Amino acid sequence: MTVANPTAPPATPVAPRFEPALMRRKLTGTIFYGACLAAIGVLLLALTFLLIDVFRRGLPWLDLGFLSGVPSRRPANAGILPALVGSFQVGIFVAIFSFPLGVAAAIYLTEYAKDNWFNRLLQTNISNLAGVPSIIYGILGLALFVRLLGLGPTSLAAGLTMTLLILPVVIIASIEALKAVPDAQREGAYALGATRWQMVRGSIFPAAAPGIMTGLILAMARAIGEAAPLLLIGASVFVTFLPNPLEGSYTVLPIQVLQWASRPQADFQGISAAAIIVILALMLVLNGLALVVRARLSRHIQW
Amino acid sequence: MTTTPKARVAAFGLLIALAGTACASGASPSPASSGAALAGTITIDGSSTVYPITEAVAEDFQLANSGVRVPTSLSGTGGGFKKFCKGETDINDASRPIKADDDGEGKACATNNIEYVELQIAIDGLTVVVNPANTFATCLTVEELNRIYGPDSPRELKWSDVRAGFPAVAVNRFMPGADSGTFDYFTEVINGEVDAATQNATQSEDDNVLVTGVAGDANAISFFGYAYYAENSDKLKAIEVDGGSGCVAPTEATINDASYRPLSRPLFIYPDLGKAKARPELKAFVDFFLENTSALSAEVGYVALPADLLQKEKDEWAAAVGG
Repeated sequence: MTVANPTAPPATPVAPRFEPALMRRKLTGTIFYGACLAAIGVLLLALTFLLIDVFRRGLPWLDLGFLSGVPSRRPANAGILPALVGSFQVGIFVAIFSFPLGVAAAIYLTEYAKDNWFNRLLQTNISNLAGVPSIIYGILGLALFVRLLGLGPTSLAAGLTMTLLILPVVIIASIEALKAVPDAQREGAYALGATRWQMVRGSIFPAAAPGIMTGLILAMARAIGEAAPLLLIGASVFVTFLPNPLEGSYTVLPIQVLQWASRPQADFQGISAAAIIVILALMLVLNGLALVVRARLSRHIQW
Repeated sequence: MTTTPKARVAAFGLLIALAGTACASGASPSPASSGAALAGTITIDGSSTVYPITEAVAEDFQLANSGVRVPTSLSGTGGGFKKFCKGETDINDASRPIKADDDGEGKACATNNIEYVELQIAIDGLTVVVNPANTFATCLTVEELNRIYGPDSPRELKWSDVRAGFPAVAVNRFMPGADSGTFDYFTEVINGEVDAATQNATQSEDDNVLVTGVAGDANAISFFGYAYYAENSDKLKAIEVDGGSGCVAPTEATINDASYRPLSRPLFIYPDLGKAKARPELKAFVDFFLENTSALSAEVGYVALPADLLQKEKDEWAAAVGG
């Protein structure tokens, strides 16, 4: 019976070489904690200044008439309804196109594709595509959707272009979500005699759904906030009617912000800031939706 | 995951309903057509300098003719001409004349059989500005502007190099981006060749960036359209320009009577003649434009065309498009 009494001095002396380093190690820990805190502080500070500035300029202009009105050369009469509807249409098209394409590609790459050099190359390239400047997708969209397929400068063409833009992000997020499902789930499904399709449909996809949906919604938020590609594929800046998604011109919120911000008159800077507040609100709604969807879908997952 | 099928169907239904509203809303926003005979869509693109005038005209025209839609874009004079000469737009706004021998402009229009009329609709005075703290520079000659913005201008240019007697401090140069008609016009009249300009200037397509740059830098200089100076005259000092016959300050009067030389420039619209002959709403829009351009140009910060010059443009348009 040689169990040491906790109050008694240890049987073997603690190696003294750890003692001098203790203070330094604790100090290192504190410094790292401080650095992390400073990092988040810088972010919060920038965000706070941005928000205060935008709200200070934009809030006086933000009212129901602004949300339901159409653009005008007189800032007091100007509204953003066409841009809001345009952004909404683009967002819906992006969701409709990128969900099936992105999820199917991710399921293929994680569940079906063999782990060979070609598929690894494919996956690396998809990751690289996520880093391509968005203006490049605008050039592609202009050549492919607007001119070659003859869709013209419509919000449908914009939705397709934005789908290409966010598809890499959706695929990568979906792959990560699918990989996070433990292999025991797959093996369990096979053990019960499931085919690969049944395994994916009944076990893997539902388990990965929260992560997939979160990735999709966040990517959609990016598509709605993006202006550069749409400038190339022909979004107008002065649209006083609600856009028809299949023909004719449209505009979106970021384009409207950009145009108003570049006007010399101070009042246009004000309505530009008001439109930014509307975009921020839209983003907040989408991010909130991502949280809710994630919480709902993951309620029944337990392993 | 066992979300009830009912909840799933409901969520899906909601999505479809939202999509439906968003799509259906394109049909007819204002049922009050007021029995207007004119209908159609007029697409306009081109110069961002001309844009505020076009926007004002389009706004009033659509109020008067609710059946006509006038979506307007601003790809810049050059970018707009490329679309115009492909037949993608009905009118191009331009802050310089079309380049007849350019592959994307005049030649493309000729290849695609696109006839156009050049109509001057306003005048702009390119305004050279410095910081109000700059007290020594009040008037610059074309030659001195060329020393600042010319292609051979040295990287380390000092104000004393521009004119003996100015202090020996650096000249911090700003100018509009190379896609703008403003840049094309300035380089043509000051440097003698379109697009020939110093590589040592900060360029921006956004004139507000230039305003901010000069307002915050005592040694800075820039140039842009008169409207941007007029809106920011409390933060900027306009430079008089000597085009060979004495120093002239840019004002509405000097721009209007062309004594502010050589930086007074015409602003144009280029309607597609073939389409205007075939489509009454396009002809009506251009008529409306010429009728209202004076009042609306002044309202959005430009200098209205003298009455006799405007009448000439109206006559030219009427003759081209036919009674």
